[in-house]
Amino acid sequence: MQVTVNGKTMELPEPTTVRQLIEKLDLGKAACAAEVNRRLVPHKEHPARLLRPGDVVEVVSLVGGG
Amino acid sequence: MPAQAPHTPAPGHREPGQSPLKVGSRTLQSRLVVGTGKYASMDVMREALDASGCDVVTVAVRRERLYNDQGKSLLEFLDLSRYAILPNTAGCFNAEDAIRVARLGRDILEQLGNPGASWVKLEVLGDRKTLLPDPVGTLEATRELVADGFTVLAYTSDDPICAGRIKAAGAASVMPAGSPIGSGQGVLNPANIVLCLEALKDGDPTYPVIVDAGVGSASDVAAAMELGADAVLLNTAIAHAKQPVMMAHAMRHACLAGRQSYLAGRIPRKRYATASSPWEGVIGYIPGE
Repeated sequence: MQVTVNGKTMELPEPTTVRQLIEKLDLGKAACAAEVNRRLVPHKEHPARLLRPGDVVEVVSLVGGG
Repeated sequence: MPAQAPHTPAPGHREPGQSPLKVGSRTLQSRLVVGTGKYASMDVMREALDASGCDVVTVAVRRERLYNDQGKSLLEFLDLSRYAILPNTAGCFNAEDAIRVARLGRDILEQLGNPGASWVKLEVLGDRKTLLPDPVGTLEATRELVADGFTVLAYTSDDPICAGRIKAAGAASVMPAGSPIGSGQGVLNPANIVLCLEALKDGDPTYPVIVDAGVGSASDVAAAMELGADAVLLNTAIAHAKQPVMMAHAMRHACLAGRQSYLAGRIPRKRYATASSPWEGVIGYIPGE
């Protein structure tokens, strides 16, 4: 299935959970947050939340800022 | 050889007039809040934060820029037992985006067990050129985030009416800008900052007001604190100083000096001079006598 992750189109196998996507992005060890279709998916729900074709996903982390 | 920086005081050392600041349910030991952006390196950032004496640092929430060139994340350079992390909503130009970013930031901090988890430095910006706040969007986002359990520290302009509205919407702190973000112009309109302070603290003297943005040098911090601001939030003035660590020391001193000066109470301004030495006993000629 095709999903949009951080503005880029990605091809992912079905089923893929939010957690699996984060691991695929090699972000599994760090603290990051995710939203699907502009709604937060709390970190506790990452392992269970299945992505659907066409989902728009944002995966974010903390960077330096003022 | 780099100039020798003064030593950071021992933890727990307290100067006269130095007292913690309560913001919502949180207590800040230092009245300087420092950003983590724009440093030449993470090591310089870490050293500058140490020199500043701050115990709250701001961070931004961004897409997958987790690793720097060395493959290390910001968090590896921040001692979370020392610093509370205050996520911002920088880069958001409407209430909806700011609310999304605030929730994402909270979710990350919950994973870290950071005590800053439920607070946010709210920025809803009006345009890219001035980075001045959009007052309507800020107000909308404040209401919604407060309803969602956030402790909101809201960046706003130095307009006292707007500041009052944001406080009434439930913000735990209103943070008027001294001048545009990163501009280094200092406190451009001290009279308006005083109006904000008076409006926000009327009948509520402990309500925390933090001057956020525009600081260029240490004297700007001292000036803001002398007006009666409870704290100052800055980033670029340290991060882009020629010697960031030295400037961080200066900011720490300026913040304390400004606070002490405010508490001590300044003399009134007078048009003409008043002699510090007695007239009586002057041995020479005095004009007009």
